[in-house]
Amino acid sequence: MFRRTEPTDCMIEWDGRALPACAGEPLAVALLAAGVTHFRETAVSGTARGPLCLMGACFDCLVQVEGEANVQACMVMVRPGLRAGPQHGVRGL
Amino acid sequence: MAAAVAARGQGLSVLLLDENPAPGGQVFRALDRRPPKDAQDRRGADLLAAFRASGAEAHQGAVLWAVEDGPRVFWSQNGAAQSASPGRLILAPGATERPLPIPGWTLPGVMSVGAAQIALKTAGLVPEGCVWIAGQGPLMWLYAAQALRQGGRIAGIIDLAPPDAEMRALRHPLGLLRGMDYLARGLAWKAAVKRAGVPVFAATDVAAEGEGRLDAVMFDGRHEAADLLLLHDGVVPNTQVTRAIIGCRHLWDQGQACWKPVLDAWGQTSIPGVLVAGDSGGIGGATAAALSGTLAALEAARQMGRLSAEQRDALATPARLSRARHLAVRPLLDALFPPRPMGAVADATILCRCEEVTAGRVREAVALGCLGANQLKAFTRAGMGACQGRVCGPAVQGAIAAARGVSGAEVEPFRTRFPTKPLTLGELAALAG
Repeated sequence: MFRRTEPTDCMIEWDGRALPACAGEPLAVALLAAGVTHFRETAVSGTARGPLCLMGACFDCLVQVEGEANVQACMVMVRPGLRAGPQHGVRGL
Repeated sequence: MAAAVAARGQGLSVLLLDENPAPGGQVFRALDRRPPKDAQDRRGADLLAAFRASGAEAHQGAVLWAVEDGPRVFWSQNGAAQSASPGRLILAPGATERPLPIPGWTLPGVMSVGAAQIALKTAGLVPEGCVWIAGQGPLMWLYAAQALRQGGRIAGIIDLAPPDAEMRALRHPLGLLRGMDYLARGLAWKAAVKRAGVPVFAATDVAAEGEGRLDAVMFDGRHEAADLLLLHDGVVPNTQVTRAIIGCRHLWDQGQACWKPVLDAWGQTSIPGVLVAGDSGGIGGATAAALSGTLAALEAARQMGRLSAEQRDALATPARLSRARHLAVRPLLDALFPPRPMGAVADATILCRCEEVTAGRVREAVALGCLGANQLKAFTRAGMGACQGRVCGPAVQGAIAAARGVSGAEVEPFRTRFPTKPLTLGELAALAG
């Protein structure tokens, strides 16, 4: 899918799994670089989705970041040790 | 950035609100993190340096969510909402990619060409493996050339441009002449793709297939393994904010099949105090966008009494002439890459990704008497999901127009409302503090 041309400099945690990343790059890009395409399941039918636009418009890259639900993974920048996981359907109240 | 630099040049104080972590928008994205790769990047780096030296107060990661009378703007930043009442407001939200709805385009592994370019610019990600690109337009060829130059591999390009594109181009001799530099760049990108040995297939349709993620692409009877499919069908103005401003007039652009705000030559909208610069006022490309920012800032300076009309005109002449030259190629590009007809999208194909509404359901609603996009919300919930019609808007609009047998101008676009970006109660509460 994608190959990095530059070295990574930190680790993040995705769904309990450690992944290499670069501080300051968008979280969605770090996940794609690690081969992750399944970011969430839709609220309507529960089907798998991944990012479409990477520029904050499509809301298809919604994930959970540090316990916060429905975060656009393309608009969150990686920091070392960042913890994130897939968004399963609608958020709980 | 260009508007900020020009406004500071006239002694105005400037507050810049930018949703992204660093200035530069999409074209000059992450220029502070990567070396300039071509002439355009170098122009961007110069503009970035001028912006940094201008004394403009830049707020990065600032998400604008409302514009009220005054104008007064509201935004969220670091989990708290803030507001400001500027003398003049220049909106420059840029463009979004026109959706290219095909069977299977909601599968993980199907993305837009613009998204892949952002991955390239922000983190140096190049395509590798079974990567296919499908669609039409300058950005598709630019990305392919950029990705190949940086060591990427592309399995093939599925060219969905109409087969009579060259004949269409000949009908715009003036555009051909005046847009020579644009055309030369386009031909160079195509040549780079050919030199790299990437096969190009002219096709009329494409589909994505897979269980839970993309496995294959199909086009004109062929079936090819794929782990990434990048789609592109040109770009449209981002009017999410201007459409939400009550009374801000918009008009239908038949050539680019999109709505755009009604602007005068300086970017003034129909709302006093609110101007628009860049591609959000009509697609013109990065160079024309920066020039329109300069013009909007000079007009803002005139409105605020810093310049007379004569002084403004004198200062604006180089930018006006240059912008006119850069816009001259647009009718030709519009003719070369007419947006894909939404009437041809299969009934089973999803148009609204958030609410999972198919083209067939949109047509059923039209058969029941639905006339426009806002009525369609009540029929189907199309455009009511998280993206608020940012992605599906042009597709839904086109599908309704085709089903009704009328021009896009006859079909009202989705009405947007503030807050135009998700806002938490906690963020909102910060306004009271």
